[in-house]
Amino acid sequence: MKHAAVFLRWLAAGVATLTVGVWLITGAHRGWTQTSVPIEKLDEVTGLTWRDYQKRFRPGVDFLATGLVIAGGLAGLGWTLGRRHPV
Amino acid sequence: MENVTARTLMNPLTGKPAPRARWLGGWAATVLLATALAAPQTFDFKDPKGVNNAVFKLDAPLESINGTANGISGTVRFDPANPGALQGKIVVEAASLHVPNPLMKEHLHGRDWLDVATHKEISFEVTRVANVKTTGTDTTAEVTGKFTLKGVTRELTVPVRLTYLPGKLADRTNGRMQGDLLVLRSHFTIKRSEFGLNPGAPTDKVADEIELTLSLAGAAPRS
Repeated sequence: MKHAAVFLRWLAAGVATLTVGVWLITGAHRGWTQTSVPIEKLDEVTGLTWRDYQKRFRPGVDFLATGLVIAGGLAGLGWTLGRRHPV
Repeated sequence: MENVTARTLMNPLTGKPAPRARWLGGWAATVLLATALAAPQTFDFKDPKGVNNAVFKLDAPLESINGTANGISGTVRFDPANPGALQGKIVVEAASLHVPNPLMKEHLHGRDWLDVATHKEISFEVTRVANVKTTGTDTTAEVTGKFTLKGVTRELTVPVRLTYLPGKLADRTNGRMQGDLLVLRSHFTIKRSEFGLNPGAPTDKVADEIELTLSLAGAAPRS
């Protein structure tokens, strides 16, 4: 059980790091997660601007929160197992 | 009589049209062109380039709900010599509405919001035009019409800016088609509560006002 507790704590740390890392690398978007990103374009003949959506995953605060909650759950489980079966 | 006219209009030495005849020919061509240009034209707003779009925005706590609809169609009859005689109808395909978050898009298309399965079109049909001001190729006006959203039709008066671009269709089609363009821009606000758009959603979570911005170009090809 001790090994499981340690594994869960490391897993929690990994999930938290990965979540925050992915969120930061992709631009730390503070809105909701997007699966397409608008690109503003200009039609030179008419002068109209329009949005072209590019398929791209852009994690938002819901992604960050979900990842951190999962990491917290894993860490909590590891801590509980560690306490129940002290060495 | 025909011969006399011909003699007086042709230069007897060169056999070419006399200056007066050339002037008359030029004048006739100008009148014909001006008549053609001044005549009311029907502009088709179904844009194969996909540039035409309606942007909508609702305020919400975390971030505003901001998206685009590009399924635009409809026709507008516009007379450059009489912009006040504007007529027409613009239609937006409700299912073309797009927001970057897939869950939000599903909700907006669903029964509580737009119910796109039942109400497939959002439309605005012009009924009258007022306060028409034209400067060069730009015309501004207050356009009143029947706005239909989720099966609810209400009369709205919206500010519209029209830009008439004669001969510019060729530039947009790499010379494949000749004709004119009409650019239509409008920005106005509607209330979602007036059109039954998720009336149960509290306004502190999603604003009642929806900002709409139309950026459209219609084409009138000449054969």
